[in-house]
Amino acid sequence: MANTDFQRRLEDSHQTFARAPSILRRVHIDFILLILLVALTTVGLLVLYSASGQDMGTVKRQASYFAVAWLGMLIVAQIPTAIYRRWAPTLYLLGLLMLTGVLFFGVGAKGAQRWLDLPLLPRFQPSELMKLALPAAVAWYVAHRAYPPRFKVIAIALLIIAMPVVLVLKQPDLGTSILLVMSGLFALFFAGLKWRYILGVMTAAAASLYPAWHWLLHDYQRQRVLTMLNPESDKLGAGWNIIQSKTAIGSGGWLGKGWQEGTQSQLDFLPETHTDFIIAVIAEEFGFRGVASLVVLYLAIIMRCLIISVRGESTFNRLFAGSITMTFFVYLAVNLGMVSGVLPVVGVPLPLVSQGGTALVTLMLGFGCIMAIGTQEKRVVVQ
Amino acid sequence: MSKHNALNDPSMLRSAYTRRVVVAFMFVLLALGLILLRYYQLQVVDHKRYELQSDRNRIQVRSIEPSRGLIYDRNGYVLAENRPSFALAVIPEQVDDLELILTDLRSRVAVSDEQVKQFKKRLRRTRSHDSVVLKSNLSDEEIARVVIDSHLLDGVIIEAEPLRYYPRREVFSHAVGYVGRISERELKRVDPENYANTNFIGKTGVERFYEDILHGKVGYENVETNARGRVLRVLERTPATPGSDIYLHLDSQLQTVAYQALGNRRGSVVAMEIATGGVLAMVSTPGFNPNLFVKGISNKDYNKLRFDKDLPLFNRAILGQYPPGSTLKPMIGLAGLEYGVVTKDSKVKDPGWYQLPNNERFYRDWKKKGHGRWVDLNAAIEQSCDVYYYDLAYRLGIDRMHAFLSKFGLGVKTGIDLVGEKSGLLPSSDWKRRSKNQPWFPGETLNAGIGQGYMLVTPLQLAVATTTLAGKGRFKRPQLLKTVGTVPRFTPELDAFSIKKPEHWDIVWDAMIDVVHSPKGTAKSIANNLNYTIAGKTGTAQVVGIAQDSEYDGEALLERHRDHALFISFAPAEAPEIAVAVMVENGEHGSTVAAPIARAVTDAWMNQ
Repeated sequence: MANTDFQRRLEDSHQTFARAPSILRRVHIDFILLILLVALTTVGLLVLYSASGQDMGTVKRQASYFAVAWLGMLIVAQIPTAIYRRWAPTLYLLGLLMLTGVLFFGVGAKGAQRWLDLPLLPRFQPSELMKLALPAAVAWYVAHRAYPPRFKVIAIALLIIAMPVVLVLKQPDLGTSILLVMSGLFALFFAGLKWRYILGVMTAAAASLYPAWHWLLHDYQRQRVLTMLNPESDKLGAGWNIIQSKTAIGSGGWLGKGWQEGTQSQLDFLPETHTDFIIAVIAEEFGFRGVASLVVLYLAIIMRCLIISVRGESTFNRLFAGSITMTFFVYLAVNLGMVSGVLPVVGVPLPLVSQGGTALVTLMLGFGCIMAIGTQEKRVVVQ
Repeated sequence: MSKHNALNDPSMLRSAYTRRVVVAFMFVLLALGLILLRYYQLQVVDHKRYELQSDRNRIQVRSIEPSRGLIYDRNGYVLAENRPSFALAVIPEQVDDLELILTDLRSRVAVSDEQVKQFKKRLRRTRSHDSVVLKSNLSDEEIARVVIDSHLLDGVIIEAEPLRYYPRREVFSHAVGYVGRISERELKRVDPENYANTNFIGKTGVERFYEDILHGKVGYENVETNARGRVLRVLERTPATPGSDIYLHLDSQLQTVAYQALGNRRGSVVAMEIATGGVLAMVSTPGFNPNLFVKGISNKDYNKLRFDKDLPLFNRAILGQYPPGSTLKPMIGLAGLEYGVVTKDSKVKDPGWYQLPNNERFYRDWKKKGHGRWVDLNAAIEQSCDVYYYDLAYRLGIDRMHAFLSKFGLGVKTGIDLVGEKSGLLPSSDWKRRSKNQPWFPGETLNAGIGQGYMLVTPLQLAVATTTLAGKGRFKRPQLLKTVGTVPRFTPELDAFSIKKPEHWDIVWDAMIDVVHSPKGTAKSIANNLNYTIAGKTGTAQVVGIAQDSEYDGEALLERHRDHALFISFAPAEAPEIAVAVMVENGEHGSTVAAPIARAVTDAWMNQ
């Protein structure tokens, strides 16, 4: 088999930490993933301290979000994976309902309605719930169908994906829409979608670029794409962000200017330093060395999650875990791409590093699910 | 492998999933690899370019205003200095409630509605961390009223700004001039970089002419700023080069004496040092207070000066053009001697009038009955005999008169270091043909012979001509600037002209000495208690023509139509040091009004 090495290493790594899991397994924590996530969040707090202009308040607030997110992850990890599967369609429908609600009663700022303010509940974004509910629903729907999924199944799965995506696009929130589409599509991909369908979809996607450009995208979204292609066309307006972030990244060089020494970020030339553009701060202060190390850390997390997903007991578990992991990857790739000026600025944060509680909690809940999948089931050892 | 079998085969499904994961992971590797390549491109390949751009972002070049050079008189007395002036200013971002602060400040310091309006206009143009001036030029008491409660007035500051100050005010107003806020037009004239942070520029007088020397050179500092332009620190500094201090030939004492001697009259005094051509005094009255212009003169004050019929802003010394009257008689007499038209002893019969051949018109002497039966050159100068000069002029002819008087600098600009001087007018037949397209009439030659008619001079030209006379042909370009710092600025020596018989100078000089020192001299009144010798010449210039048969009656004429009084002199006659030209508008009598002023100025020089 082509991937024996893969599996053997998997087994070896398990042997290495043979003693640790015995304690952590009982609380359904994957030790390696835990270490990697702790490393990433620590880096995130350090960078945030610098990016916020040495504001301990911001760091403390973010740390408290982390506390909530870690707690959420821990709780979620305890929930039997069968329950996810059973509740997947319900959560999805609930999410759909609330997204519709956002359209009518949503609150928000800057021309976008993203929040729902329900009585008895803290204000939240239904689209965040969808980030977990959508891949779960697709995985749930495809998991007990014939392999590979037939055309009808694929069509229904695409409908499952399309409904929330359209609602989120209406808010409008292009970044989340992209994440949702990708999470659903990756679930389908892992479910064994035939390559000819994949190629067909890619062709169709390319072909639909023109109508999407004209009817689906808002003016400001179109502007973002145009600005990305030529930031100098609007130096002081929309192009400002990209020019400044490219300048910050480029001026960092190999070694960077040093922690808290980035002039672009410390002197406020760089916009959104603590949120979407935080990678530019890292690039400026820690250089290419820092960016590469960070990407390797992300890669390790993705790898670990994919390994866990392979060990998933059921098809649903595997598809769900794989899809969440790939969503995490899309987060990363879109953010790195948009800040460095190769993708349009769509408002996707750098996962686990950018400031902000909502996305953080959702991401950690996702990792909770993956930990549940990796630790609850009886271990499958491939002979 | 059948795909239908796979439906119920968990290990088959797992390995199918695993294959997909491997593909997905390859995709992840590829995507992240490409992204890292992008960062490599930005951070390593194009690093230099972005580093430069980042530096350009944060480093701003700010210009530092050089301090303006001071102006001193020849003895080191300050004529123009820089004084700190205190302004009440507000830093907008440090103020919570602007209206509240404004109300508070207006209860402490008198601030007009106009000033508040100007303040709010400036406020909109200024970045919130830069101070905005509410009222400048605070008095000590006003400063105290604000400073005493400064702990209650967050964001309110007292700013110091150097302001030009002219301690001698009216006395030097025309010669030294003044500075004022730079206008758009002036900004086009100067190097804008060198004036980047400068508010003032010389507007008139020496301040304007020597702007380059006084201004200095702008300095620079590289400052690190944030995105909103706030300066965080200074990285590098090239200090400004202050403007050079300059010393003028002007003598405060002479200038003050001349100013006081002119009193309430409209007039001008120019005194020159014969050896150097340096201008020792240059007064034009009435003067004005130049300090008003520095602070930004109010419309009311400006209109008062502008529409004053005594023209206080008008520098009569270089802009006022007057008929020289009899003050030119020594030079014209010298021309007569040079061209052999008269000799020291040749005489003219003076019945009190003169007639041209074949012309009925009478050309009258100022003295109705004439100056005795026969008049020679000495008497003609001493007593200012017009008939003698009618005859001399008639025989000399206008063009020879023009050629000779040109050597004294008449009819052309003197080249003094001031902007805009007038050239006066030295007529010739050629000039008349060119400008009026008319032939020259002999009668006009007679008028020119007594410094009337078309002939016009500025007081400065008169002083230059006198200096030339006292220097026996050594013509000096008049100059106000004596030294820059300690480096002397010499006036270029111009070619001295020589005459055929040098003793002709002595003939004219002697006659001029007699003007003051002989009992018949027209300026004998100033000879009292004189401990040195003055050579001088009075002049009375007609403002309006007198009808052929009537007589000049000062009492009956409008004050503004009365004759101008003039006087030129140099002293000491044995070895001349100082030449003085005095012109008093409508002063009527050169002998009693202008001559004493020249004496006072010369006294101040001789007795210092």
